[in-house]
Amino acid sequence: MLPDARQAWLDAQQAGWGDPARLHRPGRLAAQALDQAREVIAAAVGARSDEVVFTGSAAHANHAAVAGLALGRRRVGPRIVTTAIDHSSVLSAAAAAGSHAPVEVDHEGHVDLDRWAAAVRSTGTAAACIQVANHEVGTLQPYAEASQICQQAEVPLIVDATAALGRIEFGGISGWSVLTGWAGAFGGPASVGILVIKKGVRWRAPYPTDDYQGGRWPGMPDVPAIHAAAVALECWRQSGHSVGERQHDLIDRLRAGIAQRVPDVDVAGDPVRRVPHLLTFSVLYVDGETLTLELDKAGFAVASGSACSASSEHPSHVLAAMGALTHGNVRIGLTWSTTRAEIDRFITVLPPIVADIRATVGVS
Amino acid sequence: MTEDASPYNGLSLDCRGMKCPRPIIEVARHIREVQVGAVLQLLADDPAAGPDLAAWCRMRGQTLVASDPPRFLVRREL
Repeated sequence: MLPDARQAWLDAQQAGWGDPARLHRPGRLAAQALDQAREVIAAAVGARSDEVVFTGSAAHANHAAVAGLALGRRRVGPRIVTTAIDHSSVLSAAAAAGSHAPVEVDHEGHVDLDRWAAAVRSTGTAAACIQVANHEVGTLQPYAEASQICQQAEVPLIVDATAALGRIEFGGISGWSVLTGWAGAFGGPASVGILVIKKGVRWRAPYPTDDYQGGRWPGMPDVPAIHAAAVALECWRQSGHSVGERQHDLIDRLRAGIAQRVPDVDVAGDPVRRVPHLLTFSVLYVDGETLTLELDKAGFAVASGSACSASSEHPSHVLAAMGALTHGNVRIGLTWSTTRAEIDRFITVLPPIVADIRATVGVS
Repeated sequence: MTEDASPYNGLSLDCRGMKCPRPIIEVARHIREVQVGAVLQLLADDPAAGPDLAAWCRMRGQTLVASDPPRFLVRREL
């Protein structure tokens, strides 16, 4: 978490805010903080503040976005169009809606716009979903073109901005109906999901609701956590631009260094049109679990999309759909404070770790 | 992917029950035991075998001629 966001969270807990639906003073203060947080999110995504809803996680927001449009448009049909590399929460919600059309991507992860258009225009399409940027490989989707196709076909579009919110400017996207995000991806609390539903969109709550958040997400909001999420997003708006530029350069350095110093490595994703902070690569003949643990011992906390090291026995659907190697996978997300010295140390420690693991299994 | 007319001529690796990257390592170890232009058969039931064998062929200049899990055919090109 960003230090300012953590401090804001602690301060808000101390302040003794109450239930924002109540008229007493602690309730009014909480309601005021909630309104301010909505304004911060609304400004970042190009929406009105009363269109902003807070959920419990990115998965909740994506489930609500997909299921709510499927319910609101059930007379049109059950089909949900996504890309093949959307987040698993989008894919599972699309499958649950009854008819899921995943559209293929190229080797760098860009959706095929001709196939996208054909899928969106098919009769019975309730909604479509596209990511601003992929959460594993960082590739930016051609979201403006994809959005235009949806507008022409009069199909509501969900924009999953989880990996992009705070990291890049994407205010230019117009024509979306629902947008999702997650504070955990921009240095806020992991317990805050973001669901923005434009006025007039045929979205219906696909679960029982109550009086909170206009009947769009039930239960009392965790206002201190939401306040901290807004503070984190404000940090990115005010001074994130230079951080993003630095991270973009650091990932360039990492990409080049790894490709140069580790033989037989498959570096995934678009090297240029991407979010600044993400990199995924796979190392041939190496298992992801061993690699992740060895890097952890060397002081680097990395994720992996390999089957043996993820929480699933299946490899990353993102890497498989892109035709990238799925074993020996390492996923790096830079933090606000990652330095060039840390990147250089990573480039130095990786080659001998890989060489040792390959020697153990008898290949080189 | 559909099987083409490439003959499958002899070498078969049974890697069923093995987790990736083991089946891919076995293919890499044994590919030179078939002649250039000949085909090696891999039997593997790990869910990563299909995508990883395709990626290995791309990275190593070999051709995946059939992918019908648990059966895969690789033609040695070089």
